[in-house]
Amino acid sequence: MKYINYFILLVFLFLLIYASTGLPNRGDLDSVVNRDRSPSGTQNASSYYIRNAYKDTHTPNMVTAVLADYRSYDTLGEETVILTAGLICFLLLRRRRKDDEE
Amino acid sequence: MKSNEDNPITTLISSIVAPFILLFGMYIIVHGHYSPGGGFQGGTMLAASVILIRLVLGSEVGQLQFNSTWGTPLGSLGVLIYFGTGLAAVFFGGTFLNYHFLPIAQEASMKRSLGILFVEIGVGLAVMAILIAVYDDLLGEEPDA
Repeated sequence: MKYINYFILLVFLFLLIYASTGLPNRGDLDSVVNRDRSPSGTQNASSYYIRNAYKDTHTPNMVTAVLADYRSYDTLGEETVILTAGLICFLLLRRRRKDDEE
Repeated sequence: MKSNEDNPITTLISSIVAPFILLFGMYIIVHGHYSPGGGFQGGTMLAASVILIRLVLGSEVGQLQFNSTWGTPLGSLGVLIYFGTGLAAVFFGGTFLNYHFLPIAQEASMKRSLGILFVEIGVGLAVMAILIAVYDDLLGEEPDA
């Protein structure tokens, strides 16, 4: 059983390595995500951000503009995840301590 | 937990350094428009300053600086600042988190810039409070002890 697990892991390793050879190179200007136009002819989101981030938000740091303005739903979700983690720590650890005292 | 209150070197150095870490955390939050940084990173720096005081000077002094009962309320307040910024845009006729509709007398791009600032302050407050609350919960000391 142990050897079957290792075999499955190795198969997935080679599958992932094989799949990574089909990815475009980093910084490749001709890959689909880095082109100005998507294959259907519309403008890509990244080129829109590069052109309009400062004009729209008056923020030189494009990462902040994307995180807090264009993709602010995502950041709200991240913050809610952190709050949930803190609340769960509060509930689990405080509760156990009260039980120990009783 | 055993505190190092009797060690003069750590006491002196940390009480000199901690306010500057606090100041640098606020700088990272506010300066996130122009340099790498923002709410998450700055909130972590603020929490690091408070936790440094707790580690070195002991929990009694740390409780005076930041009471551990404030942790979850302040974290919720941070999320509410974020959510309220989005909801204010809804009340003034826009869509959720569309800072263009915030009731600030500025031009459109400055409105968005200020909206990003409010949101980052909310994120920083929540991250700082939640990290300190998690530290206090893991430490396992009663808040009034």
